[in-house]
Amino acid sequence: MIPAEFDYELAESGEHALQLLEQHGDEAKLLAGGHSLLPLMKLRLATPSMLIDIGRLDDMSYISDDGDAIAIGALTRHEVVEGSDVLKEHCAIVAHTAGEIGDRQVRHFGTIGGSLAHGDPASDLPTVMLALDAQVVVRSSSGERTVAANEFFTGLFETALGPTDLLTEIRVPKLTGGWSYQKFHHRAQDWAIVGVAAVQRNGGASVALTNMGEVPLRASGVEQALASGNDAAAAAEEAAENTSPPSDPFGSADYRRALAKVLTRRALQEAMGR
Amino acid sequence: MAQVAEQAQKYVGGGILRKEDPELLNGAARFIDDMSIPGMLWVSFVRSPFAHATINSVDTSRAASMPGVKGVYSGTDLADEWADGLPCAWPVTEDIKAPKHWPIAKDKARFAGDAVAVVVAETRAQAVDAAETVDVDYEPLDVVVDMEAALQDGATKVHDEFENNSSYVWNLDVGEVDQVFNDAAVVVKERYYHPRLIPNAIEPRGVICQPNPAQGEYTLYSATQIPHILKVTLALTLGLPEQKLRVVAPEVGGGFGSKLNVYAEEATCLALGRKLGVPLKWIETRSEGYLATTHGRDVIQDMEVAADENGKIVGFRANLLADMGAYLQLVTPGIPILGAFLYHGVYDCQAYSFTCTGVFTNKTPTDAYRGAGRPEATYAVERIMDALARRVRKDPVELRRLNFLEPFDEAREVITGLSFDSGNYGAALDKALDMFGYDELRAEQQRRRDAGDDKLLGIGVSTYIEMCGLAPSQVLASLRYVAGGWEAATIRCHPTGKVTVITGTSPHGQGHVTAWSQIVADELGVDFEDIEVLHGDTAISPLGMDSYGSRSLSVGGVALHYAAEKVITKARTIAAHELEVSEEDLEYSSGTFSVKGAPDKSKTIPEVAFSAWTAHNLPEGTEPGLEETHVFDPPNFTFPSGTHLCAIEVDTETGMTNILKYVAVDDCGTAINPIIIEGQVHGGIAQGIAEAMYEEAVYDENGVLMTSSMSNYRVPSAAELPTFETDRVETPSTTNPLGVKGIGEAGTIASPPAVVNATIDALLPLGIDHIDMPVSPERVWAAIRNASGSSVDARGTDATAAGSGVGSADTPGGEA
Repeated sequence: MIPAEFDYELAESGEHALQLLEQHGDEAKLLAGGHSLLPLMKLRLATPSMLIDIGRLDDMSYISDDGDAIAIGALTRHEVVEGSDVLKEHCAIVAHTAGEIGDRQVRHFGTIGGSLAHGDPASDLPTVMLALDAQVVVRSSSGERTVAANEFFTGLFETALGPTDLLTEIRVPKLTGGWSYQKFHHRAQDWAIVGVAAVQRNGGASVALTNMGEVPLRASGVEQALASGNDAAAAAEEAAENTSPPSDPFGSADYRRALAKVLTRRALQEAMGR
Repeated sequence: MAQVAEQAQKYVGGGILRKEDPELLNGAARFIDDMSIPGMLWVSFVRSPFAHATINSVDTSRAASMPGVKGVYSGTDLADEWADGLPCAWPVTEDIKAPKHWPIAKDKARFAGDAVAVVVAETRAQAVDAAETVDVDYEPLDVVVDMEAALQDGATKVHDEFENNSSYVWNLDVGEVDQVFNDAAVVVKERYYHPRLIPNAIEPRGVICQPNPAQGEYTLYSATQIPHILKVTLALTLGLPEQKLRVVAPEVGGGFGSKLNVYAEEATCLALGRKLGVPLKWIETRSEGYLATTHGRDVIQDMEVAADENGKIVGFRANLLADMGAYLQLVTPGIPILGAFLYHGVYDCQAYSFTCTGVFTNKTPTDAYRGAGRPEATYAVERIMDALARRVRKDPVELRRLNFLEPFDEAREVITGLSFDSGNYGAALDKALDMFGYDELRAEQQRRRDAGDDKLLGIGVSTYIEMCGLAPSQVLASLRYVAGGWEAATIRCHPTGKVTVITGTSPHGQGHVTAWSQIVADELGVDFEDIEVLHGDTAISPLGMDSYGSRSLSVGGVALHYAAEKVITKARTIAAHELEVSEEDLEYSSGTFSVKGAPDKSKTIPEVAFSAWTAHNLPEGTEPGLEETHVFDPPNFTFPSGTHLCAIEVDTETGMTNILKYVAVDDCGTAINPIIIEGQVHGGIAQGIAEAMYEEAVYDENGVLMTSSMSNYRVPSAAELPTFETDRVETPSTTNPLGVKGIGEAGTIASPPAVVNATIDALLPLGIDHIDMPVSPERVWAAIRNASGSSVDARGTDATAAGSGVGSADTPGGEA
């Protein structure tokens, strides 16, 4: 790998990272696990002049029970999320889905915060966060704010994070109902061609879709159909409504729409049976 | 031969762990990128982003002023470096159109990735950064990416000097082909597209050029399969005196044919070394390799079989379009010809026709890729066998049995004029069916069909044959290949009892060091660990034709056997002299000569080696030393064969396929090392499954490679692959005294039709009888969606058998 030339700073603390962001602004990129950023730098599609390495801020790697929610530090590696007993007990869909990402090497490097901050609609965890109505905690030098998942993903590779923001924590609600994440991919290590997250919450079902548009999408047509008393199979027929899936070497838009329906039905059936 | 055939075999046939593996696995082995030479500069290539463009000008001034840059050169700047273009060693017809192929393009770029300039700098990063600033003024031209479009009248020409994009037409007709097809009760015709593939050796290519200006000598280190061929061809391309050039292939991390070539980067690094007088290094990046390393396959096949109403075959007819890409690399035109004689498989017939048209397109040149020509032939034959079975309402296994050549253990001539060395196709089939549980799986398939299960089951059969042991030099001459097919081996017995073996083969992962040690250990009675095998350096091993086409054991290993015989012959003379008996009074066994009737009077090979070294008491006329070389030119090819069976489950809702069972029974002749064979079979099947289900190099209409990295060129991993159940039958080859046939490519050749036949077999109830490779979930889904819904019954209905062809609705991932 021969990226374009860049400078490098190792952040000593979250505060230090924020200072460096203030100092370098748009020119800087945060480096966490690197599994999204470095491939772009390899191809010189990303050419940040400054990399701020937050990968060693161990105090941002944690999973803790916080009453109604589970708090996950942004730098928690997928492998840790996958193995977390707290998550397996209270929000198992997150642990399960983390285990579906990439391969073992990727999961030992990639972080949950990095996955969300990258804003790739083909990623699995953003979809799960959307289905869960998770909260994303963001710090900047001017303070801390919380952004709901449905406001966090703003476009293709775009999020509510500004150039001087640091994503610090993800808060997911404790689940009591069933859940499912159906990831359809050709190779185990691939991104989802389509993914569907379904969770039973608040007396209803939340359904969200991976790689069916420029951002992770709530399948609101499916949710409404279920609320109107349709069964899973009937509701799943609405899965492709208001989506704009890409056509690429992994699958045509038509194929993705068809998959979305099948996978939504399977996700709902699994969630209801769990 | 008899004197060693009787040897006790301590090592040959044993599953011995590879002695070269510890250093390969622990990181101690030295590959090109592990090597560094003081004062070494780095090379980076500027590549055309356009598939077809006129190069108006190349402005190197900005790049030349970048930090660390020592030189920037366009194709025009280097024009005087070449005595000739890059070589094509296999002009398959007299009237072939073979364009001049300059290492750095001068006037036109003809594929995306064609090198147009080169930068030399102090560090790799400086070289890459500077390459980005070379300002090339391109004038984009119309692009031709599709072979059939390329052959249309008025199509854009890849090479202006030729009248069209057809490079050659090669034909072989035997028997009354038209009449046989006209008279046949049944003719089945299908069209198959064999996808373009990217070889993906684990180690990218790399070159180091080390000039020695004082002596006018050059050492070229390259990650290559063919150091010997490189030495000859680069000497010609650069006009270098061959005796001043040494080529070294250090440890090489795989090739699969992609390092069986003479590349622009090798020629350019050598030219720059000559020009600048300093050592230079170039290491390919994976992304660069996707563009600039040869691709494989990319063949459209119109395949026909003619038979009587019972399915007894009378003729095969194949008509191919083979994509050459933009240039003819070392053996590009010859790849389809390696399959040209095998379009009747293991079946008898009376008429045979093969025609191949080589086509230029604005894509990366194609060349050898594991199997080279034989996967195409096997795929066409084994797919059409299943189609014929459907037509005549026979089980695919039954149809194959009906048409098998009878077992033979002496070479027999077949319709093409080739002599198959030995074969027992039914034996492998029987064993495979038994391991597979064929009848039970057929019953399960029927149960699922009857129940209307969403998950259908399919069974695929492939009773393949291939052709290895390249090759009898006179046959190569008749096929217009410009080199020979011999191989060399030297055995040097040291006075201390140790042995050095020098081979002309050039292993890059195959385990020659182990297998060669096994052969010599048994024949000379020396310890396996006391044998050193040297290879891959033209200064150490001056004679060789290198490794490709599963030739190493059946040509190079046999050369070694004959060299051992020569050692034993000389040693016998010396031993008889020392023991004061006649040679006829000596018995030889496991490295020891003993006097008949007086077994305590004996001499071992190491003892004789010491005597030969001291030369104190040699018989008259015997030269000191115990070292022999043999160069073996094989009298015939070898013909490995076997049966592969695959059971696949298809999710009819999503198109996802899942291999439930895979059985391979291969006949590679006599086994030297079953563990190495097992490894080759596993890797080969994996690569064939990759071809059948996952991989395809896809270009857009502008000739831009869309599958430009491993994220979207789908090389499968172990996670996608089933457990392979393997076994062997042994029908010793009659081509060589070891009885070996070759196993390096068998898995890749056999497996694609097994996988695709299984998938189609699953989908027959839905009226689907064709899907092109790679049979991806989307293609399966699209086929189901587009299917008429009328069943193509597994035992035959009148459904048409015509394939849907390239670029049709069921190939959404294919060429637009």
